[in-house]
Amino acid sequence: MADPATPEPKGPSRLLHDRRWRAVIAQAAAFALVAALLACAGLNMARNLERAGIASGFGFLDQVAGFEISQTLIEYSRASTYARAFWVGLLNTLAVSAVCIAASTVLGFLLGLLRLSPNWLAARLAGVYVEVVRNVPLLLQILFWYIAVLNPLPPPRQALDLGGVAYLCNRGLVLPWPQWERGGLAVGLALAAGLALAWGFAAWARRRRVRTGRSLPVWRLGALLAALPPALAWALADARVEWSIPALSGFNFRGGGTVEPEFIALALALTLYTAGFIAENVRAGIQAVPRGQIEAAASLGLRPWRVMRLVVVPQAMRVIIPPLTSQHMTLVKNSSLAVVIGYPDLMSVFAGTTLNQTGQAVEIIAITMLVYLAVSIVISLIMNWYNDAMALKGR
Amino acid sequence: MKRFLVPLAAVLTLALACAASAGTLDDVKNKGFVSAGVSGKVPGFSAPDQDGVWRGLDVDFCRAVAAAVFGDPDKVKFVPVTTKERFTALQTGEIDVLSRNTTWSLERDAAQGIDFAGVLFYDGQGFMVSKKLGVKSARELDGASICIQIGTTTEMNVSDYFAAHGMTFKPVVFESADEATVIYDTGRADVYTTDASGLAARRTTMSNPDEHIILPEIISKEPLGPAVRQGDSQWSDIVRWTLFALINAEELGVTSANVDEMLKSENPAVKRLLGLDGNLGEQLGLTNQWAYNVVKLVGNYGEIYDRNVGPATPLKLERGLNALWTNGGLLYAPPVR
Ligand SMILES: N[C@@H](CCC(=O)N[C@@H](CS)C(=O)NCC(=O)O)C(=O)O
Repeated sequence: MADPATPEPKGPSRLLHDRRWRAVIAQAAAFALVAALLACAGLNMARNLERAGIASGFGFLDQVAGFEISQTLIEYSRASTYARAFWVGLLNTLAVSAVCIAASTVLGFLLGLLRLSPNWLAARLAGVYVEVVRNVPLLLQILFWYIAVLNPLPPPRQALDLGGVAYLCNRGLVLPWPQWERGGLAVGLALAAGLALAWGFAAWARRRRVRTGRSLPVWRLGALLAALPPALAWALADARVEWSIPALSGFNFRGGGTVEPEFIALALALTLYTAGFIAENVRAGIQAVPRGQIEAAASLGLRPWRVMRLVVVPQAMRVIIPPLTSQHMTLVKNSSLAVVIGYPDLMSVFAGTTLNQTGQAVEIIAITMLVYLAVSIVISLIMNWYNDAMALKGR
Repeated sequence: MKRFLVPLAAVLTLALACAASAGTLDDVKNKGFVSAGVSGKVPGFSAPDQDGVWRGLDVDFCRAVAAAVFGDPDKVKFVPVTTKERFTALQTGEIDVLSRNTTWSLERDAAQGIDFAGVLFYDGQGFMVSKKLGVKSARELDGASICIQIGTTTEMNVSDYFAAHGMTFKPVVFESADEATVIYDTGRADVYTTDASGLAARRTTMSNPDEHIILPEIISKEPLGPAVRQGDSQWSDIVRWTLFALINAEELGVTSANVDEMLKSENPAVKRLLGLDGNLGEQLGLTNQWAYNVVKLVGNYGEIYDRNVGPATPLKLERGLNALWTNGGLLYAPPVR
C-alpha cells in the first residue's frame, strides 16, 4: 500500500501514515466518542430521573403485570410479569403485520396487474381503488372499518350464523377451535417442515426445468410433500384433537376461538391501504420492462399470461422489490395505530398500559423503539436477500 | 468534527435545560398563567361548554390556584391530557398542576416523580351496563366484554375484582374516553367501567343516557386529587393549601356571596383565612389575600361542588363521602393558622 517512492517510516508513527490504518484509527476514535457521549447522556439521565423521583432501571420487567389482555397468542394472565406482557404485545404486533404483509402483497400485485389490464373497466376500477385508498388517511380508514362496519354487527344473541359452527357478531368472528390433547406441537412442526420441503422441491423442479426443459407437476407433488410429514407425525404421536365449538352462554359465546373485531378492522384497513401503494409499485415496475421484451416473448408464441409470468414479472421484480420493502416496513410501523381501536399491540400493552402502571417511560420507549427498529432491519434483510436471488445473474 | 456537533449540542441543551428550571411559583409568575392539565372530556369535572368556556370541578380547582397566585381566576391555561400522557406532561413541566380525575396511589406518588396535594373528590370504581341486559349486580358479569381506559387504576382494579370473584372478562382498552364511550354505546362491550363519578359524567354524553344504569358495587377506593411535580415543596404547599382553603371556607360558612361581609367577622379563624390577621399568605409566597381571592372569585368547596356535579346538575351526585366531616363526610382540612 505504501508509496514505494517515499521511505517507509518506522515505529508506531508508521501507523499514522498508512492510509488503511489511519481510517481504522479514525473510525475507532469516532466510535469511542459516540459511545462516550451516549454513556454520558445515559448517566446524566439516570441522575436526573433519580433527582425527579422517577423510578428507573429494568427491574420492573419481573414484576407482576396485574392487568388482562384481550388477545394473547401465548399463555398470559394477570399474574404474569410485565416481560410476559411485552411478548404478548410484540406477538400481537407481529401477527397483524405478518397477515397484512402477506395479504397486501398479493392484493397489491393483483391490483397492479389489473391497472394495466387491456380491459378498460377493470383497469379503471383498479385505478379508482388505488386513488381512493391512498388518499384517505389510514387512521380514518381504521376507524371506518371498526366503527362503521364492524361495530354495527348484531350482538352475540343475534349473531350471523355461518353454517351453524361459526358466528359473526359485534364481538368478532367466533370459530370452532382445535384443542390438542396431545401431539399438537409435533403436527405443527411437521407441517412447517412439510411446507419447507415443498418449497425446496419447487425450487429444484424449476432449476431442473431450466436445465433439461422437462417440467414436473409441481403443484400436485408439492402438496403431497407438504401433507406427508404432518400426516406421519399425526400417526406417530397418536395426536388427539378436540374441536371446541362455540355456543351462546350468558353474554357471549363460550368455547371456540374468537378473532376480535379490533384485529379484523386493523387487518382490513392496513391490508387495503398498503395494497394501494403496492399496486402502484407493481405497475411502475412492470412499465419499466422494455416493450421489446414483451413483443419478443409474444412473437415466440407465448400466451399473454405466460409472457407476464415468465418474462415481465421476473424483470419487473428488480424494480418492485426495493419500494415493496419499504411498504412492508411502513406497514409494521403503521400497525401501531392499533392503539386507537384498542387492539392490544406493543404500543398499547407495553408503551401504553405498562408504561403508565410503572412510570418508566425512558426504558419502555427505548425498548419499544429498538423493537420496531429490529423488525424493520429483519424485513429489509429478508427482502435484500430475496432481491439478490431475483437479480439478473451474470451481468 | 462537524458530524459530532449536532449530538453534542443536543446533549448540552438537555443538561442545561435540566439545570435551568427554577421554582414553579417563579416560573408561573414569569409566564403569567398556571398551566393546568385536565381531561377535557368529563362533563362536570373538566369539559368546555357550548360557548367554549371550561367548566367542572377539576377546572374550578385550577381557577382557585390561579386566584390564589394572581388574584385572577382566568390566568390559567387548560391543557387537555389523556390518562396515558398525564404524568409525563407533569414530569416534563408542560403543566404545573394535574387536575384530571387522578387517583392518588402509592406507585404514582413514589415512582412517577409526582406529589399529590390532597383529595378533591372521594370516589370509587363502578360499572355501567345497558338496562337491556337485565343485570342487577356486578357479580353477574362473568364473561362480559368490558370497556376500559388505558393507563388507569381502573385497568388493575377490574382484573383484581374479577379474579377475586372467580369470574373472567374480556378487556377492550381505549386511549380516550370518547372512543371508549362510543364502543360501549354501540354494544361492542357489555360494560363500561371507570370511577363512579366518571360513569355519571360520561353517561350524560351517551346517545340515550336513560338506557344505562350504574351497578351498586363500588370495587375500589379512588381518591381523586390534584398533583404537582415532585421536589418543589413551595408549589405543592400552594396547591395543597388552596384545596384546604376551599374546604375551610365552606366549614366556616364563607361563600363568594358573603365574603366581603365576612371581612367584618369577629371569628378569628375567618380573619386568619381572609388575611386580616397574620401573614399566612406571605408564608406561602403569596399575598395575604390569597384565600379571600379564592373564595371571592371561585367560591368555596360546596359552591364548586354544587355548581359542577351536585344534585342540581346533570350528574346528580349527592355529597356522600364528599360532605364536610361535620356533616358525616370525609372532607377535613387542617386549620389555616
Ligand atoms: N381515577 C382513575 C381513572 C381515571 C379515568 O379513567 N378517567 C376517565 C374517566 S373519569 C377520564 O378522565 N376520561 C376522559 C379522557 O380520557 O379524557 C385513574 O386516575 O387512573
